[in-house]
Amino acid sequence: MEEYTLLGSKPTRHGFGEALVVLGERNENVVVLGGDITGSVMTSLFKEKFPERFFSIGIAEQNATTIAAGLALSGKVPFFASYGAFCALRNADQIRISCCYNEANVKIGGGHAGISVGPDGATHQVLEEVAYLRTLPHMTMLVPCDYLEAKKATIAMGEMVGPAYIRFGRSPVPLYTTDATPFEIGKAHVLREGNDVALIACGALVWECLLAAQELAKKGIQARVINNPSIKPFDVETTVTAARECGAIVTAEEHQVHGGLGGAVAEVIAKNAPVPIEFVGVKDSFGGSGDPDELMIKFGLTWKEIYASALKAIERRDKGSVGFRRVKDVERYIG
Amino acid sequence: MNVEFSDISFENRRRTPQELTEIATEIRRDIMKMLVLAKSGHSGGPLGSSDIFAALYMGGVMRHHKNDPHWEGRDRFVLSAGHMCPVQYATMANAGFFPKQELSTLRKYNTRLQGHPGRDMGLPGIETSSGSLGQGISIAVGMAMSDKLLDKSDRRVFSLTGDGELQEGSVWEAAMSAAHFGLDNFCWIIDNNDCQIDGRIREVMNVYPIDKKCEAFGFETIVIDGHNFDEIMGAFDKFIENNKNGIGKPTAIVAKTYMGRGVSFMEDNFKWHGNPPNEQQAEQALGELA
Ligand SMILES: Cc1ncc(C[n+]2csc(CCOP(=O)(O)OP(=O)(O)O)c2C)c(N)n1
Ligand SMILES: [Mg+2]
Repeated sequence: MEEYTLLGSKPTRHGFGEALVVLGERNENVVVLGGDITGSVMTSLFKEKFPERFFSIGIAEQNATTIAAGLALSGKVPFFASYGAFCALRNADQIRISCCYNEANVKIGGGHAGISVGPDGATHQVLEEVAYLRTLPHMTMLVPCDYLEAKKATIAMGEMVGPAYIRFGRSPVPLYTTDATPFEIGKAHVLREGNDVALIACGALVWECLLAAQELAKKGIQARVINNPSIKPFDVETTVTAARECGAIVTAEEHQVHGGLGGAVAEVIAKNAPVPIEFVGVKDSFGGSGDPDELMIKFGLTWKEIYASALKAIERRDKGSVGFRRVKDVERYIG
Repeated sequence: MNVEFSDISFENRRRTPQELTEIATEIRRDIMKMLVLAKSGHSGGPLGSSDIFAALYMGGVMRHHKNDPHWEGRDRFVLSAGHMCPVQYATMANAGFFPKQELSTLRKYNTRLQGHPGRDMGLPGIETSSGSLGQGISIAVGMAMSDKLLDKSDRRVFSLTGDGELQEGSVWEAAMSAAHFGLDNFCWIIDNNDCQIDGRIREVMNVYPIDKKCEAFGFETIVIDGHNFDEIMGAFDKFIENNKNGIGKPTAIVAKTYMGRGVSFMEDNFKWHGNPPNEQQAEQALGELA
């Protein structure tokens, strides 16, 4: 791989847990609420370090979310974490009204996201929360691609003001960003340059895009790979520029194809620069039990689907008699 | 490790405590075999509630037909604590709902034995999907309302929740409505093993006193030793009698159990909430469960 080399593999939840300790050291108003799975979502690290600022709320996600709103309205910076299935959707109304409508400074960490949770099966494999959360006014919604980005993103969300949610996973995923890799809420980041097709992804699928780009390069196709960890606020400029310069887009995410990152990209593109888009994600089905890697293959969430989708998007662009063309094609056409 | 499942199955009839003890041991053995093969899953809760399950399905408490799982006249069971499904799978296999060999597929891709029950997979006898705590009991209340208030049938509904699960507020909404609607055909079983993932119940979030809460919510409440078959059967008999007499109140059975019951190194240890035995531990467990 050109720019990014594999540095190892680590779950994003570690980045979240370690960042909470950093935030706790920097700001004494940071408090953490537990929902009985503090080991799995790594809030246990904060609990050990700052026991007086940790509160166990038990298995009561709705209560924890609303308690967090009360703490936030009293000047604290509360983080509540559980599995995404239970702290994004079980408590959906509490997030909407008590956190967002109040503009309360509540931070939520949703772990065990996506089907890579593995054998626990569909109930625990949340695949819909990005779609919901990005529609909420005032919300900030982040999906980091690896351990280090999860750490940076958690710190960033702890230092901004307003309701925010971060999505992270259970299984180890490739680690390849470094301290030098930029991270900013509201910004997507081009990991690999190319003008033939844009691959836009978040979470674990960003690495798969890099792999797909490598394969496409063997066919002489230069793919631009964009890591978009900030689902909301959304980086319109980077996305529209990619559409204009590449003329074909593939989105990839460990989420339903409806309403998530793909939906966000499609909305922006339809308005500003309509080009063919292909969507890689879970296709309107629930997950199921199995090994994480096996499930990623069965549900079509690997570089292979991204590769095939890229060829399809390019083909749609090139044979399309209607619709948008790349800037360079238009120039050639006019010239 | 070479794991084999026997092909015995037990009919559902009134049994002696001695017989039920043997059946419960077989269920516990199957749970250990399933989990060592799956390499993930919950040991503690399933082992702790095996006695209750043996009585329910093979002690003549619930009315069901293993060859006709959708039989109109059946009593229904809703596992609200979905993570405990290994005990339900093992119990249903022992009750003849499906071949015991299928237990070896727990948690594998495309299995009917999902990590948390998935109704869409079509395993006979699974009435609902569950795994998000605090929902099953409300589904059970809805079923009991349908049976009693609309269909005027004599069917009964049983639902088991964990004790950590009681921290979900929706559990108490369900309890409130069961009493409000006078559902004497509804039996709520609380597996009170005093353990959840992070530790003891009162340390994570105190839900005690459970029995007084159930009473205050309008339940006929019975506290039992959940490993004593005289007490288990006595409580179920009482529920059935209450239902037959039409007392207009639901029944709650608070079963004091031990997490990991029957396997010495797991017993009463919350660290075994969500872990499977490794091969060596499984050998030892099966030795103890002879
Ligand atoms: C709504 C929801 N929140 C959190 C979880 C994660 N979870 C699964 S089991 C469990 C502990 C349940 O405790 P208890 O009911 O006492 O069961 P036991 O540990 O005794 O088996 C938790 C928190 C879940 N499945 N559903
Ligand atoms: Mg318990």
